Amino acid sequence: MTYPVPALAPALPEIWLAVAALALLLFGVMRGDGATRIVAWGAVAALAIAGVLVVTGPTDGAQTFSGMFVADRFGIFVKLLVLLGSAAAILMSLRYLRDETVEHFEYPVLIVLATVGMMMMVSASDLISLYLGLELQSLSLYVLAAFKRDSVASTESGLKYFLLGALASGIFLYGASLVYGYTGATGFAAIAAEIEGEAQLGLLFGMAFLIAGLAFKVSAVPFHMWTPDVYQGAPTPVTAFFAVAPKITSLAVFMRVMLEPFGALVDDWSQILVVLSALSMGLGAFAAIGQTSLKRLLAYSSIGHVGFALMGLAAGTAEGARGILIYVAVYLVMNIGAWAVVLTMRRDDEGLVEGIDDLAGMGRNSPVLALAMAIFLFSLAGIPPMAGFFAKFYVFLAAIHAGLYWLAVIGALATVVGAFYYLRVIKIMYFDEPARPFERAPRELRWIIAVTAGLTLFFFLFPGGMVAEADLAAQALWK
Amino acid sequence: MVDWPILSVLIFLPAVGAAFILVIRGEAAVVAQNARSVALWTSLITFGLSLLLWTGFDTTTAAFQFEERTPWIADGIDYHLGVDGISMLFILLTSLLTPICVLASWQSVQSRVREYMIAFLIMETMMIGVFAALDLVLFYLFFEGGLIPMFLIIGIWGADNRVYATFKFFLYTLAGSVLFLLAILWLFFQYGTTDIPALMGIGIDPWWQNLLWLAMFAAFAVKIPMWPVHTWLPDAHVEAPTAGSVILAAVLLKIGGYGFLRLSIPILPDASVYFTPLVFALSVVAIVYTSLVALMQEDMKKLIAYSSIAHMGFVTIGVFTFTQTGVEGGIMVMLSHGLVSAALFLCVGVVYDRIHTRRIDRYGGLVHRMPVYAAVLMVFTLANVGLPGTSGFVGEFLVLAGVFQVNTWVAFFAATGVILSACYALWLYRRVIFEALTKADLKSILDLNRREVAIFAPLVALVLLFGVWPMPLLDVFHASVENLLAQHQLATGTAPFGETLFAGN
Repeated sequence: MTYPVPALAPALPEIWLAVAALALLLFGVMRGDGATRIVAWGAVAALAIAGVLVVTGPTDGAQTFSGMFVADRFGIFVKLLVLLGSAAAILMSLRYLRDETVEHFEYPVLIVLATVGMMMMVSASDLISLYLGLELQSLSLYVLAAFKRDSVASTESGLKYFLLGALASGIFLYGASLVYGYTGATGFAAIAAEIEGEAQLGLLFGMAFLIAGLAFKVSAVPFHMWTPDVYQGAPTPVTAFFAVAPKITSLAVFMRVMLEPFGALVDDWSQILVVLSALSMGLGAFAAIGQTSLKRLLAYSSIGHVGFALMGLAAGTAEGARGILIYVAVYLVMNIGAWAVVLTMRRDDEGLVEGIDDLAGMGRNSPVLALAMAIFLFSLAGIPPMAGFFAKFYVFLAAIHAGLYWLAVIGALATVVGAFYYLRVIKIMYFDEPARPFERAPRELRWIIAVTAGLTLFFFLFPGGMVAEADLAAQALWK
Repeated sequence: MVDWPILSVLIFLPAVGAAFILVIRGEAAVVAQNARSVALWTSLITFGLSLLLWTGFDTTTAAFQFEERTPWIADGIDYHLGVDGISMLFILLTSLLTPICVLASWQSVQSRVREYMIAFLIMETMMIGVFAALDLVLFYLFFEGGLIPMFLIIGIWGADNRVYATFKFFLYTLAGSVLFLLAILWLFFQYGTTDIPALMGIGIDPWWQNLLWLAMFAAFAVKIPMWPVHTWLPDAHVEAPTAGSVILAAVLLKIGGYGFLRLSIPILPDASVYFTPLVFALSVVAIVYTSLVALMQEDMKKLIAYSSIAHMGFVTIGVFTFTQTGVEGGIMVMLSHGLVSAALFLCVGVVYDRIHTRRIDRYGGLVHRMPVYAAVLMVFTLANVGLPGTSGFVGEFLVLAGVFQVNTWVAFFAATGVILSACYALWLYRRVIFEALTKADLKSILDLNRREVAIFAPLVALVLLFGVWPMPLLDVFHASVENLLAQHQLATGTAPFGETLFAGN
């Protein structure tokens, strides 16, 4: 019996990144912690090269590894966002690692490995390859959450994330096994072909378990409980990473799993998603009001945003999928910016602070940073002309188009409630008496903030190109 | 006519000025002074350019003029600008008042001058954009984008209770407008376009019309504001800095009335007729109730704020009479109120800058020390009352004449509002200006300086000019209103009420 070598071209970016991660690891082991900065910049370069490979790679839905891996336009769109998020996360960490004396070379390597896992998840077209990617990603993230190993909060956060993440993976696996039991297949195309006829009850159960596992990963209510604790406890740049790249990946996987294998059952899963979406938007809006920690506030904010994105999935249409893709792209940019501002909140004697009250008077102390933060907050609240408005616009459009009027109304009201707590932060920055100023922000953070703020503010001038790309990417799920 | 994109220039010129202020570097005092100059010159140039709109305007047609159209977000959602007789004058009003606001804040704002001027210029961009937009999404973008600078203006440079006031302002308006957004999305998905002219009279199913109308009503009723969602306005006015109150009263409130005229009535004609009794009832309550409340105020700004709500009641009544006279009257009230309320808030600002209180009982006998001020305030008080010979009279008279043809009871109650407005306005005037000059700190108060005279002179001239000769204004929107009502009658199959009062002009 012969085993032909599978085509490697469709998976070239992942292969490159995995090799690069190992090379960086070797380099780090030989040079020790002193080489962390070099390893970090090397990791950024590796991510950039991976980005080039993604763009120049196949776009036609080429499959490889016996159909377990697919490279399509949907994957390209999401992978580029993930790569951007990972690269930004590494750059944002540079100063933090040095100041907190946790400058270990494993950090960038772990982020790159997590990125490999995420890219595999995005491209997976089989439950098994999806699970492999998921575990590679998750295990890297557990370690990252506990990376500040002398800090109780960080290790607790890592442990919590690990226990609950493992539980979610278990639920996901259980669902996958049920699906396999009732369809005899793990490949997405094969499952879809099997479902064409009548869906059995057991299959629906399997699907519900898959949804629960995925809802946990995207932290949709009621599977969100871990999010605020993990976000608060993890080192801030790691939290920033959690808030963007893995979240976007999980949402993309959620979309692919629902729309490709279970596309025929849209009426069944759409009602579950309507509930998840409504609860997430509601809880995200109300629970954030009472927070005093900026990290927790942004954690609840991300729960709310997942609710809005899921609104597009609940619509179950290509328009909805396009809406989510636009949403996550905008979400990536404004969240990187907002977290970068959080990372600048450092004082000589106190170190990094994270209380909302610490922002007091930022409008006077550092007007440019405050202006950028105001742009991000108004954008998160969805006020035009910021990019966040357009993100909401497209998912609302899809929801209305699909007849989900009540969900749209709930989303609209959640927007108003959500605006309150974003405004509260702006109020503290601009209206309150100044607290002591922060240290001057390091250069890489200033650049990240400037670029993301510019994109958020001026998105309204040129939305067409991105929308067209998102449209093509969404179409790829309906081949 | 002009052959360059004048509307885009008008919209974005202030934003460019704001960007310019942002990059000014140097010592604090120099930066502040330069920021003031840049803001003043930018807004003056904008005003000068906006006059080209008027000189190039063709009053014989109801069609949209100075149109611009560029593909924007998607098929059917374009960057589409244009003005007709209804919107053109509001752009002029905005561009006239912004330099006045900048001048009025010349000395009274000393902290964070740069941010202040940026906020006002961005505000101007948003407001001109609202009146020039001919696409619903674009309209909404400017409509809600205007909240951001206003939120900061009230919140940063406001009085003691500013945080409460500005949150109330923001959240009330946002709550109203998100439903409006859903209505826009529904229209887009149903008809594949958000182009306002294309949607006019498109013949929407009556049941949906009613729902959409309520969604739009939520946005515009909060904005204008109508009773009972008016409560944010007195708070916002009292806490806002003088120039903020001016913009709020003179322009932002008009966006609500403009929304009814531009969107609710042409796009949803049947629902507009269906809900007319509701609008009349709320407006009448607003006129009588807020006029009575105004009588009881001890704070000058609050009194003017309540008076604004009453005047906006006239606007909604006039607009929903669907008569040529009534609608023209409604627009006229808006324009006149734009000048008069702005001037009244500026008058309050003048004495507030000197004595730092807005309490009516802290004043009295100002005529002895400030004769010019007393004369100026008298003109605007009488204009607010609607005395013949001032611009306030023209609009209120037209509204009453229009509504009398439709519903005499509404006309009756609205007319009581005119009487009540005389009560509170004249009483305010008496308590502030007349009586003996007894308070110690008023004995050395100074009359208007040259800068203040320069602020008030154009407003006095315009109020008196349009009081005796309103034709230049009425001419501009006559054809547009005629067309609006003709289309409305076509869509609803109703017969026109009465004749136009100024036919043939």
